[in-house]
Amino acid sequence: MRQDHLITATQLSRDDIEAVLDRAREVAADPGAYAGRHAGTMLALCFFEPSTRTRMSFDAAAQRLGIDTIDMGDVDSSSVSKGESLADTVRVIEGYADSIVLRHPSEGAATLAAEFVDVPVINAGDGAGQHPSQTLLDLHTIRENHGLDDLTVGIMGDLKYGRTVHSLATALTNFDARQHFISPESLRLPRSVRFDLHETGAQVREHDDLEAVLPELDVLYVTRIQKERFPDENEYHRVAGQYRIDADTLEAAPDDLTVMHPLPRVDEIAPDVDDTDHARYFEQAHNGIPVRMALLDTLLENAEAAEGLEVDR
Amino acid sequence: MSEHELRVSKIRDGTVIDHVEGGQALNVLAILGIDGSEGLGVSVGMNVPSDRLGRKDLVKVEGRELSQSEVDVLSLIAPEATINIVREFEVVEKNRVTRPDSVVGVLSCPNRNCITNAEEPVETRFEVIADGVRCDYCSTVLRSDIAEHIDV
Repeated sequence: MRQDHLITATQLSRDDIEAVLDRAREVAADPGAYAGRHAGTMLALCFFEPSTRTRMSFDAAAQRLGIDTIDMGDVDSSSVSKGESLADTVRVIEGYADSIVLRHPSEGAATLAAEFVDVPVINAGDGAGQHPSQTLLDLHTIRENHGLDDLTVGIMGDLKYGRTVHSLATALTNFDARQHFISPESLRLPRSVRFDLHETGAQVREHDDLEAVLPELDVLYVTRIQKERFPDENEYHRVAGQYRIDADTLEAAPDDLTVMHPLPRVDEIAPDVDDTDHARYFEQAHNGIPVRMALLDTLLENAEAAEGLEVDR
Repeated sequence: MSEHELRVSKIRDGTVIDHVEGGQALNVLAILGIDGSEGLGVSVGMNVPSDRLGRKDLVKVEGRELSQSEVDVLSLIAPEATINIVREFEVVEKNRVTRPDSVVGVLSCPNRNCITNAEEPVETRFEVIADGVRCDYCSTVLRSDIAEHIDV
């Protein structure tokens, strides 16, 4: 990765991804070797939308690298509620911190932020757009369980608004992966993601239900279908019920199927799946630490190198 | 078109944008940012007979030579348009519009949740793709209904 922002999965090549994941593997094997590596630097956590695990995971990853963090706090108590633009907010925060993690309810927010500041910006979710750091930890989890070649992945649930889905589907086109998309018709992949998949020559195979493809899958990536996506609550219950899995559903799955979920889950994966060998979603969440440590380390290194080049000039 | 069919008089110096798809002349002016307030002489012909297009629009702007980069953005709504630069009543240059790589500050993003639709100090920016345009910020793809999103 030569650049010092992480905005969308489309910017990531196979080499970029493997470089971060190799580093994440090293971090996981010997976290002590990375302790304090970026001491004296500061990371700003700017979450314009509620977040628990992404915010805590970046905070923990930063601290393990010796990076101090400052948190913007809730939007209600910040100047954003007074109507400040995002462009102004990040330009102010750039003066306080050496890198920025941004979550925002509008698509394209991280792209905009990166245009206004010189410090690295990491997109931690922009509306129904992208969530590329989640994708890196998803890929790390897949790689540690199956490798990233000759892979069959099923992605199920809300594919239209699910930003983790958009980033993962795009990033998987770098690898020898067959992708199956399982969702109700109203929540299929948006045109923008189809465009990226078609550009790479990837085939989009869509299914209304899991049954037919389940026996072929190495990985099943489940996402939550949100109630607010449906005009009518009965319709939501009817549709969402068809995309839930439990231990019985997985009877038909290959023995080494890996079940993943970006979390939080509500009831789309029944608790009885937790006790099966398929469940990897907690491991996946824990992988957020080494992967985000590797990501921050890489981006800060790139930013320092870029600064060095400017000085040399 | 023979002389007696001409509905818009010849201009002395300026630019004639011809072979615009019928009904798009006002969008052409909007995209070029010409609304009359700059004092230029502007003539518009709408739905005049055309051998090539059946019906076409044309726009004449007196006293201003439009550059190729200014007119290329018109290719999105008027791909057949020809640009004639006129000096002393003579056409001295005749060009077609070519598709630009990107379009800045001309279209509004149809995605209401795109950051460019919030109160931010940025112009919209779209990448021109084979069959439409794509928002550089939120990646929304816009194909057939580009003229409806002109916002200048």
